[in-house]
Amino acid sequence: MNTNKSVYETPNVSNPINRYIITVLVDNEPGVLARVVGMFSGRGYNIDSLNVAEVVTNEHLSRITIVTHGTSEVVDLIRKQLMTIVPVHSVTNLENEGSPVEAEVALIYLEINESNKKEAFNVCDFYRARKIENENNTTIFEIAGTSERIDAFIKEINKLAKIEVVRSGPIAISSLERKMEEK
Amino acid sequence: MENLTGSEIVLKSLRDQDVDVIFGYPGGAVLPIYDSLFKQNAIKHILVRQEAGAVHAAEGYAKSSGKVGVVLVTSGPGATNIVTGLTDAIMDSVPLVCITGQVPQHLIGSDAFQECDTTGITRPCTKHNYLVKDVNSLSEVIHEAFTIAKNGRPGPVVIDIPKDVQFSKGSYKQKKEFLIPKHRLFNSSVIENDKQIEEATKLIAHSKKPIFYIGGGCINSGPEASKLVQELVKLTSIPSTMTLMGLGTLPASDPNSLGMLGMHGMYEANLAMHDCDVMVNIGARFDDRVTGRLDAFSPNSKKIHIDIEASNINKNIKVDIPLIGDVTTILKKFLTSWKQNNYSINKNHLNDWWKKINEWKKVDCLNFSQNGNTIKPQYAVKRLYELTKDINTIITTEVGQHQMWAAQYYKFEKPNKWITSGGLGTMGFGFPAAIGAQVANPKALVVDIAGDGSILMNIQEISTAVQHRLPVKIFILNNEYMGMVRQWQELLHGGRYSESYMDSLPDFVSLAESFKAKGLRATKSNEIDDVIKEMIEYDGPVIADIIVDKEENCFPMIQSGSAHNEMVLNKNQKQDSKSAEKGKILV
Ligand SMILES: Cc1ncc(C[n+]2csc(CCOP(=O)(O)OP(=O)(O)O)c2C)c(N)n1
Repeated sequence: MNTNKSVYETPNVSNPINRYIITVLVDNEPGVLARVVGMFSGRGYNIDSLNVAEVVTNEHLSRITIVTHGTSEVVDLIRKQLMTIVPVHSVTNLENEGSPVEAEVALIYLEINESNKKEAFNVCDFYRARKIENENNTTIFEIAGTSERIDAFIKEINKLAKIEVVRSGPIAISSLERKMEEK
Repeated sequence: MENLTGSEIVLKSLRDQDVDVIFGYPGGAVLPIYDSLFKQNAIKHILVRQEAGAVHAAEGYAKSSGKVGVVLVTSGPGATNIVTGLTDAIMDSVPLVCITGQVPQHLIGSDAFQECDTTGITRPCTKHNYLVKDVNSLSEVIHEAFTIAKNGRPGPVVIDIPKDVQFSKGSYKQKKEFLIPKHRLFNSSVIENDKQIEEATKLIAHSKKPIFYIGGGCINSGPEASKLVQELVKLTSIPSTMTLMGLGTLPASDPNSLGMLGMHGMYEANLAMHDCDVMVNIGARFDDRVTGRLDAFSPNSKKIHIDIEASNINKNIKVDIPLIGDVTTILKKFLTSWKQNNYSINKNHLNDWWKKINEWKKVDCLNFSQNGNTIKPQYAVKRLYELTKDINTIITTEVGQHQMWAAQYYKFEKPNKWITSGGLGTMGFGFPAAIGAQVANPKALVVDIAGDGSILMNIQEISTAVQHRLPVKIFILNNEYMGMVRQWQELLHGGRYSESYMDSLPDFVSLAESFKAKGLRATKSNEIDDVIKEMIEYDGPVIADIIVDKEENCFPMIQSGSAHNEMVLNKNQKQDSKSAEKGKILV
């Protein structure tokens, strides 16, 4: 596996490839997401999932959560490259922040009939998926939690019913005690 | 607070930023700015003949003056024509501010005439870019753009201004009223280097075979950086080599200088890099043209790396002591630490090291013989150097063999006298860059050492030079080939010269004359001195067509896929076949 971006081969056997969650605090200005995403595609890094939302409205700050995989060296380069982007305030590799708390949301449309209804609802119950009322009276469940739990739920429920899935991709936050207000 | 139109704000902001010249080309989407330009005298406009010329000229201006180069072009094709120059500037860290016109906001997204997504296209090739939607933010954007272009690792910034914003009225904010938020800048004060500097100087003091590997960051950091490098080299007597971009930091005549390193660098410099035990990278970035094969790059050395851009640390080469920050700042601390600790390197070790290097020097890797009438390109550059060394001369180049011969045979004694496209390797760079350098240095002799292929890429700028009375000299090493391509085809592709012959070249002498410039030609070696002298003396732009040996190769060479210590000195030395196979896929 070529870990660096030189045209030449890498000399040393590199570290193992792991999954990393990176959060990027940015000025919420036009083009900022394109800058961040463009850095990944332009330099050949991976984005497994991506999540963006404004988090501090009065200061127009957004947080971008990116799940990526690579060696620790690559993830360090990603962090440093992101820091060169002008509207970026800070970049956090949650791996370095103790055990982060992570969560994802999924919305699942279920095709329910008399034959699968009971069992399907049991599975939903078991995974604490919540039925969402809607005006068309269709069966839509919401589940939040770790990506693994959502994976397991989807696998189970898919055995029983045809489904359609929308997932947010994980977001995560450091569980360490804050010394200062993060800016 | 005054109420000005957007285009007036542009001009006022530029003045506020001490801009006295811009390079540009008009069109529909920038007419209001050109109108404001017409109504003032403080800022001079150099009309180029193609927008690519404007960016390279601005680069030449910036590199030779240390100021920010400014470009003004129209929307659509005007903007897309500057993309190569922007990429060149971001690779070589050249501070530019490029203003592009855009269609009025209500037409954006409608595929309007001459609309293009300028910020989208230029995002990966700028440090930052803006689409200005509100005239009231225009002056702030321009001030921020100048700061960003210069700050940290310098680079190009694009400001895209829709035509309606140029017409509408808004308020102006002065440069001094504007405070750029800290996080948007490189901030060296947050980086604590002191402990690492102590470690670094200690490591050097205890080394046996140290080397300084000096890069373009020393030039970008300003003239003081070169002085500090010189002081450090003098103080320590450490052998020192420079990258293509770093030439001039240390005078070529400095006894501790080993000259340039890398693919076409000096044999002794590359071997010293390979064998050293402590390497101090000062403002370079371990580029592949310098390192050669990575797994054999300086295998037994501890490495110290000074770089203003953190993302360059451990990118290609793992280093032991990273020092992030401006070369000048760090070298000052470095020198203080060295002196306070009373460090010196063990004399015996250093002598042994120099002895070894002097053995390598005996190979005399730049040796060539000029026999007979046919002009050797090396000889042409050598004569150019001899006949211009006592004049304030700035050399620019295009890209190819001539560029490498210029780097090898022209001896630079000072920084900012050597302007070349290193990172991107842009053919067509040198001539417009020479025009920009001449604008910044009206009294200097500015010579573009060119190839017959490259010069045709921006030859139209001869018209610019004539119009603005810029007496730049184009010194073509005319081998009727894309020489560097031909050389690679000879070495790697069985001598099949696929499309590298420059057929139907113009008669450069009459071409010059048709533009009302002067054309000169040397075909025999005994004509070259006279041609160079006449070129220097002529008060105006000159094309000197130097007909050189057609199939001369550029040596020494670390071929792609090889290591520093596998450098070949001439074409009779063959590259190891395994390295050659691997090297073939590289660029
Ligand atoms: C814009 C651009 N296109 C293609 C190349 C690839 N290239 C590198 S060197 C070279 C040949 C240059 O020929 P010439 O200008 O005649 O110089 P010489 O090598 O003969 O001195 C080419 C085509 C390049 N560097 N830039």
